[in-house]
Amino acid sequence: MNDMAKPPRSRAAKWTRRGFIGAGALAGGALIVGVAVRPGNPVGKLGPIVAGGEGEQLVNSWVKIGADNVVTAIVPHCEMGQGAHSVLAQMLADELDADWSLVRVMQAPADGNYVVTDTARGFVAPGTLDAPDWLEPTWNGLFTKISQLGDVMITGGSSSIRTTGQRTMRIAGAAARQMLIAAAAREWGVAAAEIVTANSTLSHQASGKSAPYAQFAAAAAEEDMPQTPALKAPKDYRLMGTDAPRTDIPEKVTGAAQFGIDATVPGQKLTYAAVRKVPVPGTRIASMKADVAKTMPGVLQILNMGDFLAVVADSYWQAQQALNTVEAEYTRSESAIRSTADQFAAFAAALDQAGDQGGKELVGKGDVAGALSVSAKTFTAEYRAPYLAHAPLEPMNATVWVRDGKCEIWTSTQVPLMARSAAAKAIGLSADDVTMHQPTLGGGFGRRLESDYVVMAARIGLATGYPVKMIWSREEDTQKGLFRCADLSRFTGGIDAKGRLVAWNNVFTQHNDPAEACDAPFYDVPHKSIRVAEAELHLPFAAFRSVDHSQQAFFVECFIDEAAHAAGRDPVEFRLAMLGNSPRHKAVLEKVAAMSGWGTKPAAGRGRGVALVQSFGTIVAEVVEVDMSQGKPRLTQVWCAADPGFAMNPDGFRNQMEGGIVFGLTAALHGEITLKDGAVEQGNFNDYPMLRIDECPPIAVEIINADPVHLGGAGEPGLPPIAPALANAIFAASGKRIRELPIAKHFA
Amino acid sequence: MVKFTINGEAKSVEADPAMPILWAVREQLGLNGTKFGCGAALCGACTVHLDGQPVRSCSTPIGEAEGRAITTIEGIAGPEGELTKVQQAWISEQVPQCGYCQSGQIMAATALLRDNPRPSDADIDAAMAGNICRCGTYVRIRHAIKVAAGIEPARAAPGAAPLSGGAKA
Repeated sequence: MNDMAKPPRSRAAKWTRRGFIGAGALAGGALIVGVAVRPGNPVGKLGPIVAGGEGEQLVNSWVKIGADNVVTAIVPHCEMGQGAHSVLAQMLADELDADWSLVRVMQAPADGNYVVTDTARGFVAPGTLDAPDWLEPTWNGLFTKISQLGDVMITGGSSSIRTTGQRTMRIAGAAARQMLIAAAAREWGVAAAEIVTANSTLSHQASGKSAPYAQFAAAAAEEDMPQTPALKAPKDYRLMGTDAPRTDIPEKVTGAAQFGIDATVPGQKLTYAAVRKVPVPGTRIASMKADVAKTMPGVLQILNMGDFLAVVADSYWQAQQALNTVEAEYTRSESAIRSTADQFAAFAAALDQAGDQGGKELVGKGDVAGALSVSAKTFTAEYRAPYLAHAPLEPMNATVWVRDGKCEIWTSTQVPLMARSAAAKAIGLSADDVTMHQPTLGGGFGRRLESDYVVMAARIGLATGYPVKMIWSREEDTQKGLFRCADLSRFTGGIDAKGRLVAWNNVFTQHNDPAEACDAPFYDVPHKSIRVAEAELHLPFAAFRSVDHSQQAFFVECFIDEAAHAAGRDPVEFRLAMLGNSPRHKAVLEKVAAMSGWGTKPAAGRGRGVALVQSFGTIVAEVVEVDMSQGKPRLTQVWCAADPGFAMNPDGFRNQMEGGIVFGLTAALHGEITLKDGAVEQGNFNDYPMLRIDECPPIAVEIINADPVHLGGAGEPGLPPIAPALANAIFAASGKRIRELPIAKHFA
Repeated sequence: MVKFTINGEAKSVEADPAMPILWAVREQLGLNGTKFGCGAALCGACTVHLDGQPVRSCSTPIGEAEGRAITTIEGIAGPEGELTKVQQAWISEQVPQCGYCQSGQIMAATALLRDNPRPSDADIDAAMAGNICRCGTYVRIRHAIKVAAGIEPARAAPGAAPLSGGAKA
């Protein structure tokens, strides 16, 4: 660490098509290379922050090469099981021609220089990833500003690979490779074009010279930066598109992986906080009685924080035991919504008021009212989705140490810069006085896009002044967090004399992200009106895995299935007939139909259901086969066909489809958060059950790589089709149409 | 004072005998591989072996470990860190996603295979249904158990053909 004090020597930055490349050398002969999206070389400032061992060469602020020839990819996204750390490194390593066995991943520090500008572009202005060259400097400057102002260092939206991977990691790898080649060419006195790179080695055939990258790392830092490093064409990929094994898995089978909850504070004794938030959102603690807790062993402090209680003790168990004895009274909620029935009555009132044409129009096409009036057949359907808790297996937690006007935080988060700012604001510090440490996440699923728990821990830390680890109980995690919204959605469909869906009229109450989740524009339907009539939510909202697709796909793809049955047509054939202008969607649906033997008759008591959804740029069709012979659904098989454009790591992509399907099955079959007296009723996995291995069907996944330039995401797209495919399968097997989730409650 | 052996070493902790094994192991012995998920023996993330039997350490008092042997995820590999067949299968089949539940999954699978070297699907269901994986890796867990048992083949070294090496050591 002796190079920490010494800033790296650095070269002026050069402009590339997508950004500015900067490079520098760290003391001891290490190379660093970075791609920034605005003028100015970031390496001088970032070098010391990411510097590691003796003899390391920082090739750019996204890649460094050590004296041991280890290539470290510095990744500005968190790892929460989606595999992004490893795949981003895989993309960089491919462009660098690095030896995968010598590639390591480092979490980028929570620093404004690591904002993920391309992710911001994806979120704020979808489509601008392909801005013309002349516009790039303007766009980049603008989005960097937006990213920095908004602390955009986000992992979400199934976006890491298609934004940071495509736009940053690959360019950094390619630039570093070209600089290494240039340095070797100079030293060897040969033409750069004659130097070949492979497995982290430079070689020149004619002269027989060969050297590991490390040998030229320092010299490479002195080379001119390539202005437009050439990226590989798909036919030249060596690592991209392969099942390169994940770098984070070995430590996850030995117990060595460090999650947020495993944080230690070097050289310090930890204390532990158990917390209890007010049960009803928006209320306060009116009074607290803690006489018993004060006398209990290990108890250090009992805190009434206004919106939550905390007991700090020598051990977490002591803290929780003591907290259990604390009695509190709460102020009364002003919300009129006290029960689940109240919540759905509020939704129904909003939809009643909107009627057939009211509400804010989101999609409008043709003349729906006219088309319905001349339809050969019309039908209506009302679908209902409950509140859901994310329930990552690692409960919310954060470890903090506030002292001398500074704060250190160790926590699992999808938004390190936002968490830093929120914590700083809550305890009266500036963000620069707060240091974030980012362990791996025990699940995120959107819950860790919120910083509420980090703020709570910071407030406790301010009160104690000594290091404290706050851990939520499972009950707190289920009841007191933020939730996938509940919703109600009403449809009217019109079928013409030829059995075609010609009119699609829909209104619902919750519209979040992605904005287009309520539509399926790939189906050719001439008359369409999709509207939102907003209604109050009692529980606070947080993005859930696939966000609005998680409920909208259930609504839309059940509606499409009902339309097929109303028309007396096969659900796959009915959909294919509407996909004349969407060849990729058609191919995906045909693939899953072939995989599942759609045309064959299922065994007695069984039925198959299908759904087709595009989300986060990836097209996914799923077929479920369900056995209803015992009077309730038992899944016998799931088939999944997916077109993400190009799967950078096919096995990792399949793992995400499998995971999305299982996550979606938990929601479809079991997931329901209900309200009583304004509070959440469920508490733990007994009354908020998860799918377990004995309920999990075999899952077959096939990938179609239809467009290697425009990539889709992986983390979320597996989820949306599974609930409608299952509901549609139950209808096929039993004639029972499920319009309200979760499914298990219909068979209790 | 409660005395026991853990991962083959004699240890003692100053703790209320009612404190769950989970917190004694994590906070006092610094073995963080065993995870807190629910606190109510509902999710299996905290699974350890007590005298070889899988138990939910979040709901088993440390007092019950007096004079007995605890094994945690940190203690199942060989003396030189050689991974067990179960751990190797978890890597070769690329099972974990976030990994938070996997210590418990591996402890449950290890106990299953010791008692039943060739488990059926129903045996796997019975032994593993107490362990929740929120990321949804059940298909791979089932397959990896069969790979460790020699019932199904391990897949070829992942990505072997186009790669120069395997996973990091």
